[in-house]
Amino acid sequence: MSTVEVPPTKHVGQSLRRKEDPRLITGRATYVDDLALPGMLHAAVVRSPEAHARVVAIDASAALARPGIKAVYTGEDMSDLLAPLPMAWAPPGVEIKTPERWPLVRGHVRHMGDAVALVIGDDKYVVVDAAADVEVEYESLPVVIDVEQALKDEVLVHASLGTNKTHEWSMGGGGDIEQALAASDVVVQRRIVNHRTAGAAMEPRGCIAEYRAGALTVWSSTQVPHLLRLFYAVQMGISEDKVRVIAPEVGGGFGGKLQVCAEETMCAWASRKLGRPVKWIETRSENMAVSHHGRDQVDYVRMGATADGKITAFHAKIIQDLGAYFGLLTPMIPELGAFVMTGCYAIPVVQTDIVGVLTNKFFTDAIRGAGRPEMTHMLEVMIDQLAEELGIDPIELRRRNFIAPEQFPYETPYGITYDSGNYEAALDRALEIVDMEAFRAEQADLRSRGVLRGIGFSTYTEICGLAPSRAVGPSGFGLGIGLYESALVRVHPTGSVTVYTGASPHGQGHETGFAQIVADRVGTDPSVVEIVHGDTATGPMGLGTYGSRSLSVGGVAVAHAAEKIAQKAREIVAHNLEADPADIEVRDGRFSLKGDPDQGMTLAEVAGCAYVDATKMPEGMELGLEQALIYDPSNFVFPFGTHVCVVDVDPETGKVEVVRWVAVDDCGPAVNPMLIDGQVHGGIVHGIGQAIYEQVVYDERGQLVTGTFVDYALPTTMEVPSFETDRTETKSPSNSLGVKGIGEAGTIAATPAIVNAVIDALRHEGISFIDMPLTPLRVWQALEQARGDGNGPRDSEQGASLPAQGEGSAGSGPTIPEGGRS
Amino acid sequence: MGATVALQVTVNGESHDSEVPARMLLVHYLRDELGLTGTHVGCDTSNCGACTCLVDGESAKSCTVLAVQCDGAQITTIEGMAGPDGELHALQEGFWAEHGLQCGYCTPGMIMAAADLLERRTADGPISEQEVRKGLEGNLCRCTGYHNIVKAVQAAAEASREVAA
Amino acid sequence: MIGAEFDYAVAESVDDAIALLAEGGEDAKLLAGGHSLVPLMKLRFAAPSLLVDLRRVDELRGIQTGGDSFRIGALTRHAELQARADMGLVAAVATQIADQQVRNRGTIGGSLAHGDAAADLPAVLLACDGSVVVRGPDGEREIAAADLFEGYLTTTVAHGEVLTEVRLPALTGYGYGYEKFNRRAEDWAMVGVSALVKSDGGVCQDVRIGLTHMGATPLRASAAEDALRGQPLDAEHIAAAAALAADATSPLGDLNATPEYKQHLARVLTRRALTTASAA
Repeated sequence: MSTVEVPPTKHVGQSLRRKEDPRLITGRATYVDDLALPGMLHAAVVRSPEAHARVVAIDASAALARPGIKAVYTGEDMSDLLAPLPMAWAPPGVEIKTPERWPLVRGHVRHMGDAVALVIGDDKYVVVDAAADVEVEYESLPVVIDVEQALKDEVLVHASLGTNKTHEWSMGGGGDIEQALAASDVVVQRRIVNHRTAGAAMEPRGCIAEYRAGALTVWSSTQVPHLLRLFYAVQMGISEDKVRVIAPEVGGGFGGKLQVCAEETMCAWASRKLGRPVKWIETRSENMAVSHHGRDQVDYVRMGATADGKITAFHAKIIQDLGAYFGLLTPMIPELGAFVMTGCYAIPVVQTDIVGVLTNKFFTDAIRGAGRPEMTHMLEVMIDQLAEELGIDPIELRRRNFIAPEQFPYETPYGITYDSGNYEAALDRALEIVDMEAFRAEQADLRSRGVLRGIGFSTYTEICGLAPSRAVGPSGFGLGIGLYESALVRVHPTGSVTVYTGASPHGQGHETGFAQIVADRVGTDPSVVEIVHGDTATGPMGLGTYGSRSLSVGGVAVAHAAEKIAQKAREIVAHNLEADPADIEVRDGRFSLKGDPDQGMTLAEVAGCAYVDATKMPEGMELGLEQALIYDPSNFVFPFGTHVCVVDVDPETGKVEVVRWVAVDDCGPAVNPMLIDGQVHGGIVHGIGQAIYEQVVYDERGQLVTGTFVDYALPTTMEVPSFETDRTETKSPSNSLGVKGIGEAGTIAATPAIVNAVIDALRHEGISFIDMPLTPLRVWQALEQARGDGNGPRDSEQGASLPAQGEGSAGSGPTIPEGGRS
Repeated sequence: MGATVALQVTVNGESHDSEVPARMLLVHYLRDELGLTGTHVGCDTSNCGACTCLVDGESAKSCTVLAVQCDGAQITTIEGMAGPDGELHALQEGFWAEHGLQCGYCTPGMIMAAADLLERRTADGPISEQEVRKGLEGNLCRCTGYHNIVKAVQAAAEASREVAA
Repeated sequence: MIGAEFDYAVAESVDDAIALLAEGGEDAKLLAGGHSLVPLMKLRFAAPSLLVDLRRVDELRGIQTGGDSFRIGALTRHAELQARADMGLVAAVATQIADQQVRNRGTIGGSLAHGDAAADLPAVLLACDGSVVVRGPDGEREIAAADLFEGYLTTTVAHGEVLTEVRLPALTGYGYGYEKFNRRAEDWAMVGVSALVKSDGGVCQDVRIGLTHMGATPLRASAAEDALRGQPLDAEHIAAAAALAADATSPLGDLNATPEYKQHLARVLTRRALTTASAA
C-alpha cells in the first residue's frame, strides 16, 4: 500500500522497556474488578448442576427475601432481548444448524453450569448467598459426552435440531485424495485426539454495565470491545452510537475473551431494567466451567509417501466436539487450521473433512492458536510417524519435503499463498544450538543409567495476522465482518503524540511496540507517544486482538498513519526551509535537510505550524497534524520456525519432564525483540501445559471434574525449564514492516515437539505412538502395555473402572491407537 | 446475620480500624475497604498466588485468610513496595528490566512472593534459577512462561546484593 | 468465592476455646491457620456456624526439644518446621508442603486434625510413631498416631476437643527419605512415602514407612517394614521389601491415578525413599 520510504530507524528493533509496566508493577493498573461506580449493584449467576435437564420450576422467594437483594431474573424475564448470543461464521454454501443460545436458559439446561437465573443485589457476598437460595427443580434428561457417541444421535443435545451433527465442511486440493493415497508407496494412519483445554487467563472474565440516560457503557475484560458494542446494540435494541465499550487493563485473554459473553449481556439488560450499574466478576470455578474451552477434536489422519520420503498425500478427518452451543466462532475453529494443513511441506494432494458435533459440555471456541495447534500437531506428529515407517531420520524427512526458499510466494493446494519462508534456515539454526551428535551420545549414556531422554522436533508454519477482509469476510471465508485494523495518529500542538488503535491488547505490549513504530516515523521519542486502545468512544472502528494480528495488521495501520503524518510534516518543514519535501528526512529525532542536518525542525515545531501559526503552513494545506486510516492487508502472514524439545521420562513412574527447549522462530523483522521472546516463552508453556498437564475433564454424567485450579493443572515454575530462543528474519512481502505474528506460534509449535520427544525416549521400549496429555498415568500405562507384563489395567477397562478419568471428552479412545499402518 | 468484628491492621505503614464481617477475606478487605486494588484474585483455591501480600513480613495468600485473622498485623501490599518518593523496589525494577510481566495480573503476587523468598534466604552468593523457581511454586502465570520472571528475581537479588556489599 | 456467614470468637486460652466450642454446638469449628478450612468454606463444602479462632492462644506455639523427643505446639506453622534442620524428616517434608505462602500460614495441628490422607504430615506422624495431645471438657489425653486417623477427613479428636501438641520421637540415628509424587510442585501428593531407617553396620535395625494418599487414612507399610527389619540394607533387600509396600492397601482411583497405578507408585517410591534413608 504505502510506498513511503521507512526512515532511518532508532527505536524499532530495540528491546525497549515496556511503557505499560510502571502501573502494573506498582499495583496502580485498573482491571475491571478494580472499578466501582456510585450505586453499583452486584450480580451472581445461578448455574445448573445438571448436564442436561428440563427446568421444571424456579423458586426465587427465599433469595428475594434476603436483605439487599434487588431482583432475581430468569430467561423468560429477558424475552425482550432482540437477538440471541451470536455465532459469526456463515460460510457460503455450507449449511450450519445453529442452536439458539440466550444469556439465560429458556426451559432447558444443556451443560453443567448453564445459566438459569441472575441474582442482583447491593453486596457482592449476599448475592452469592442468595444464588444458593434459588431453588430450581430439574427433570434430568439423558446426557451425551463422548463426541463419537454423540455422532450416533442416540441422545440429542438439542432435540429441535434433530441431530447432533451441525455441519460438515470439506476442502480438497491438488487432486483426488483416495487416488493419491492409493498410489503412495506407504500410508501411515493414526487416530489422534486433541483433548479439551481451558484458556485460563489469570484474570477471570468480568464486566460492569451502566445504562444511564439512554446510553449503555460496559467496562469489559475483553479482547474485542468494538465487536461487543456492535452486538450489544443489536441484542438490546440500542443505537450503536449510544453504546460504549471500554476494555480497561485486561489480565490475559488467550482467546477466552474473544467472546460475546452471556453474563455481560445479562448485566447490560439488568442495568437498563434497574437503572443502576451492575457488576459481575467471574470466579475461577465459573471460569473453568463456563469460559469457553479450546481444542477437543478426534482426528483420523492418513499420510502417504513415496519410499524415498516424498509426501504424496495428507488427509485429515476431524470430528470436532462443539459442546452444547456455539460461541462466537465455535464451528470455524478447525477450518482455520485447515488452511495450513500442508505446514512447511510441498504436499501435492490434501483433503480436510470436518464434522461438527454437539455434546453436553460447555462450548469450545478459539484458544491460543485456534485450530492451528491441532492441525500442526497432526502434521508434525505424523511426519515423525512416517519417518519411522520409512526408516528415515525425521529431520531428513522434513528437509526432503520443505518448500524451498525460492518457491515463495508459494501457493498451496488449497489456494493459500504463503508469503515468505526459509524453513531450512530456521531448522539449521536450531540444530546448531542443539548439536544432535552430542545429544545422541548423551541420550545413550543416560539410557544406560536408566534415564529415558528423548528429543522431538516441530518445524511449523502457521497462518495469522487475521485479515484480509475480502478473504475472510462474509463473501469469502464467511466471517460476519471483514477483518482489518484502524489507526489514528494525532500530534498535539506541543509535539507529543496520541495514537488510537483498534487492536485491544491484554499483555502483548502494544503501548511500547506501537510507540516505537510511530516514534521512528515522526521523529520523536516513544516516551511521548501514548497508545490508546480498548475504548470504542475514542478511536475509529477496530477489530481487536487475537489471531496474532495486532502487529501485522494493527501495527502496520499505525505505521501507515504515522508515515502520512511524516509526509505532511516534511512538506511543512520543506516549506519553512524553502526546500524540496523529498530532501527532508527524519534523523536523530527531528526533520532535517538531507546533507545539512543543522537545518530542520522538531516535531513540536512542525506541530506549532500546524496548530498555532497558520502562516507557516504551505498554501492550501489543511491545518492540524492528524491522520486516521483503516489498513486492510493484501494477504495473511505466515510465521514459521523450528522448536526442539528434550524430555526425560521416568521409566518407572511414567512422569515426563521437559528439560530443554530450543526455539528458533521467524516472524520477520523485530520491532522489539524482548517482546517477541516473551510471547514465545509463554506460548511454549501453554503448549507444554496441554501436552503434559492440562485437560478439561467431564465424567460420563457430564459433571466437570476439573472445576478449579486444584485439578486443572496449569504448569507452575517447577514444571518448565528456561528456554533457548533465537530468531531468523525473513520479511513478509505482505506489509510494509515485513512483520508476521508471534503471539500463538509457540503454542502452535509446541505440542508435537513434546509428543515426538516422548516417543523418541520410549521407542526402544516398544512405544511408537502416544496421545496427549502425557500424564504419568498414561505414560505408565503405555509402558506397562508395551512391556506386556500385565500389571497395568487394559485400556478398555480403564474407562469402565474409572469413569471420572474422563478421557471421555474427546479422548475416550485407547492410549495406543488401533489404527495401524497399511 | 453473621458477626461483625473489630479489626485493627497496619497496611503499608498506615493504621486502620475497621468493623468487618467475620467472613470477609483479607483480599476483599484490602481491595474493597482500603481501595488497594493491586492485590488480585485469580482463583478460589489458593493455587494461583495472585493475591499474595505480606502479613507480618511473610507471604500469604490473602484469598485464604480471613481479614479478622490479621487483627494487629502489619501488612504490606504491592502498593507499599516502592519508596516514599516513588523509587521502585529492586523487585519492581527487576520485573520491568527483564520483561517479567505481560498482562500484569499475576505480577503483584509474584513480586510479593519473591520478596518473601529473598527475605527468607540465608545463603550467600547469587540465587540459582532453581531456588527462584522453588520460591515461586505457589504463583501461576499464563503469559510469561516464567522464564523472564526467574530472570527478574535473579536480577533483583543481584542488585540487592550489590547494594548490601 | 465466599463462604456462608458464621459467628466468630477469639479464644484467649485453650480452656477458653474448649468452652467456646461447647457453647457453639456441633457446627462450631476451630480455626488455626485456616488453610484447610477456609478453601472448603469458600467452595461451600463446609459451613461452620461458629469459628473459634486460636490465634491468640500462645500456649499452642513453639517447639520444645527435650531429650529424645520434640513437643510441637499445635499452632506451629509449616514454615517454622521447614527451617528446623534438626528435625530431620519433618523439616524435609515441611519444605514440600504446597508452597511458601501456604507454609507460612498452615499449622501442624490444623493439618493433623483435618486428617487428610493426601496431606504430607499425617503419614509422617504415623511413621514416627508420634502422638498428639488433645484437651477437652473431660481433660487431657494423648492419642497415638496409630489411633488418630479414623477415616476420610476424620480423626479420633472428639468434637469439643482441642489438639494442643504434637509429640515426635527424635529418632536419633535414623536416616530418612521422603518421596512425594505429584503432577505439579504445589499439588497434594498422588502418593507419598516417608521412610525412616536405622542401620547397624549395614543391617536394618529398625524401619518405619508411612504412606500418603494410599487410602482414606495415612498408612504404615507394615509388610515392607517387617521384610526389611534385620536384613542387609542393600539394593536387593530394599527392593524386595519395597515390593510389599502396597500390600493391604486399597487406594481409590481419582483424576490422576488408578488404584493399580497408585500401588505401583507406592512400591517405586518406597524403594527410593528407603534407598535415601539407608544411605543417610
